Amino acid sequence: MKKASNTRRRELTDLTMRIVSGTASLIGIFFLVWILWTVGNNGIAAFNYDFFTALPTPPGIEGGGLANAIAGTLLITVLAAFIGVPLGLFTGVYLAEFGRNTRFGGMVRFTINITMGIPSIIVGLFVYTLLVLPFKHFSAYAGAAALAIIMLPVIARTTEDMLNLVPNSLRESALAIGMPRWRAIVSILFRSARSGLLTGILLAVARVSGETAPLLFTAMNSPYWMKGLAEPTANLTVTIFNYAMSPFDDWKTLAWGASLLIMATVLGVNLLARTLLREKTR
Amino acid sequence: MSDVKLPLYGELADPTPKISVRGLDFFYGDHQALYANDLDIAPNRVTAVIGPSGCGKSTHLRVYNRIFELYRDQRAKGTVLLNGENIFAPSVKLLELRRRIGMIFQKPTPFPMSVYENVAYGIRFHYAVSKSELDGRVEEALKGAALWEEVRDLLHKPGTALSGGQQQRLCIARAIAVEPEVLLMDEPTSAIDPIATAKIEELVEGLKGRYTIVIVTHNMQQAARISDFTAFFFKGYIVEFGATRQIFTNPHNKKTEEYITGRFG
Amino acid sequence: MSRFGDYLSEHFETIFRWFTILCAATVLIIMAAMFVNLAWNARLAIGEFGIGFLWSDVWDPALNRYGAFSSIYGTLVSTAIAMVIAVPMSVVIALFLVELAHPTVSKVVGGAIELLAAIPSIIYGMWGLFVFAPFMAETVQPFLQETLGLEKAPLIGKLFSGAPMGIGMLTAGIILALMVLPFITAVMRDVFAMVPPVVKESAYGMGSTTWEVTHKVTLRYGIQGVIGACFLGLGRALGETMAVTFVIGNAHRISASLFDAGNSIASTLANEFAEASEPIYLHSLIYLGLVLLVMTFLIQFAAQWWVRRLKKSMGTGL
Repeated sequence: MKKASNTRRRELTDLTMRIVSGTASLIGIFFLVWILWTVGNNGIAAFNYDFFTALPTPPGIEGGGLANAIAGTLLITVLAAFIGVPLGLFTGVYLAEFGRNTRFGGMVRFTINITMGIPSIIVGLFVYTLLVLPFKHFSAYAGAAALAIIMLPVIARTTEDMLNLVPNSLRESALAIGMPRWRAIVSILFRSARSGLLTGILLAVARVSGETAPLLFTAMNSPYWMKGLAEPTANLTVTIFNYAMSPFDDWKTLAWGASLLIMATVLGVNLLARTLLREKTR
Repeated sequence: MSDVKLPLYGELADPTPKISVRGLDFFYGDHQALYANDLDIAPNRVTAVIGPSGCGKSTHLRVYNRIFELYRDQRAKGTVLLNGENIFAPSVKLLELRRRIGMIFQKPTPFPMSVYENVAYGIRFHYAVSKSELDGRVEEALKGAALWEEVRDLLHKPGTALSGGQQQRLCIARAIAVEPEVLLMDEPTSAIDPIATAKIEELVEGLKGRYTIVIVTHNMQQAARISDFTAFFFKGYIVEFGATRQIFTNPHNKKTEEYITGRFG
Repeated sequence: MSRFGDYLSEHFETIFRWFTILCAATVLIIMAAMFVNLAWNARLAIGEFGIGFLWSDVWDPALNRYGAFSSIYGTLVSTAIAMVIAVPMSVVIALFLVELAHPTVSKVVGGAIELLAAIPSIIYGMWGLFVFAPFMAETVQPFLQETLGLEKAPLIGKLFSGAPMGIGMLTAGIILALMVLPFITAVMRDVFAMVPPVVKESAYGMGSTTWEVTHKVTLRYGIQGVIGACFLGLGRALGETMAVTFVIGNAHRISASLFDAGNSIASTLANEFAEASEPIYLHSLIYLGLVLLVMTFLIQFAAQWWVRRLKKSMGTGL
């Protein structure tokens, strides 16, 4: 058989691909640093006492801050977590503990996987038709509902995965000492999967706190302090959208500040969650 | 004549060993796994490597084709000569070295492609062949691995669809398709059933005319049946090496005797 | 009260179980309600424009004539650009992380790539609009047009024609690529790590190079995961809203040039929702949302189905 003389070419292709793959990784990091730097640099310029404490002012008037939007984002996110976390958690419990090999369980699992891929703006639109149109006003609870729907499948999936990691022997030994199933789940399984569950919840909350699209049609925005849950509610992300698209420089500055605040929070929670997980696996 | 050194297997085979190992140490990180291994592999013979689990048999074999280099923390020291040339010399082309030394693993490792593509895989890299030559070469390799009759109608089925024993012979076909000089077999029958094992042993008998074979095995009878020479490894040392008949009937070392009579291992 | 308490403790096991079933059922209800609600609230537009809505490219609020084609077109084109960039890039990044880099380097680089996924999309929008789009206009687009001479290239010249404004399909596609990159890379990493070492070893043992092992053996071994990863990225890119809205230019226009402004379904929704005063306008926007929902649903459904089918045909080995 004729020996191919292409060994050099093959090695060269290999070397090229190694260089390409290293370069691609560098490009990824480059963009990350570029974005972080841009937002950090522009955002820090907006930070002052007013930014955190004052209401927004009309364009051109000195001062003004996003205190209402900060409070609104916090409120909507916390409210969303109150709805989304238990729903997701117990859906996960069902999938891992009761519905492992049932048809209904399979259907729910399948739907959850699909729901995770539904764009968040569609969720916003759905909640708009559900909670805004019939009541004829935008509201904080509509915004929270939209975020809760986005959270639900994420938390359900992590819960199921984490509970599946708990060895069966632990389940059996809890049941063997005569514990009812629910006690075993709540006091033994939750505890042993605690850090995994916490990580999943943190990541889901972090993710939704940076969402914009689902709030556009639900919580909308407002330049005032909120007076109740049934009102359009100021929030950071929609504010960024509105202000960034405006022609006013001081509004753009505020938008950068809000961007930095959101980004720092989301990345901070992310890193925290990952450290938690790493400690658990160690 | 005193300056002509005999290989370690003496005068029982070709006096120029195919592979000659001297002073081979091997490390997994800080842990030393092989100590000063000396071994000569006779050309066109079957050399069996035996010993208890974890004694360094596979580790030793994995030095020959430098496959251990895939792992960052593994290191080898010493010399290994293939046809008198040090495999660690900078002039040695790694890809060519691995073409010349084929390897069969414990578990069959068909690639995720058709039977035909599995065998053609290496040929395409190493040889400039036309389509019809390739077909012929694939057929020849499958015949060489005594698999052709069973798969001639399944050539375009996935390799994973074959039975375990067939998969292992497919791997042998894949290895011999690139015309290697040496075949390293790392417990090739440990994951397959006795009938398939018998087929592979028969195949090894037939292959040794063309290839130099080194086979790691846990199975004493297998070593006794198919090998010409046997090396007994213990805790990283080569305790005894010689003709298989001698090792099994009249071992010089007490440890060897204990092992082959089944007192430990 | 105490009788109720007794009842509760006696039957709590059953109650607990049914409670979890109820929670699980909400997932199904929400999914179904999404289709029903959107369809109902788009009924005027569905009645008026029918299925022709999909290929009509008129979008005229003044005349109250609406068609989805320019939005669908923009969605598909920007997604296609994103996939063309992100898929190969994530393959080579995964290769770097799993096979080439020192473990410490791999950890740091892998973590950084994952962080790209944690950045909220509005941040990509801000950066895209104020930093990246100008960079595209001043550096990248002139480079593509003049230095590489792509504007005058045969066949593909049209793609790179027009004024380099920075805002438009190409910029949106690149930012989308960046956003889906970490998701696809994460799956690719799993795919690379999933291939049993002994299979890789036997490929190396035949004298293959790292790259040959990667694209001939590893990628084929994990083809199911690779395709799953592509679906995942596709689904995300299709529905991504904020980043695209900031940089795509928001024009109801179909243009051959990737430098031109366009729009996507999601960006149209985000931009025009507040302006939709007429019922037919609002219903048309919701109809548009329904189209996006059906698109992503089908993609996700296909992805799930694909993974199942492959699992069956490849057996448990994969």
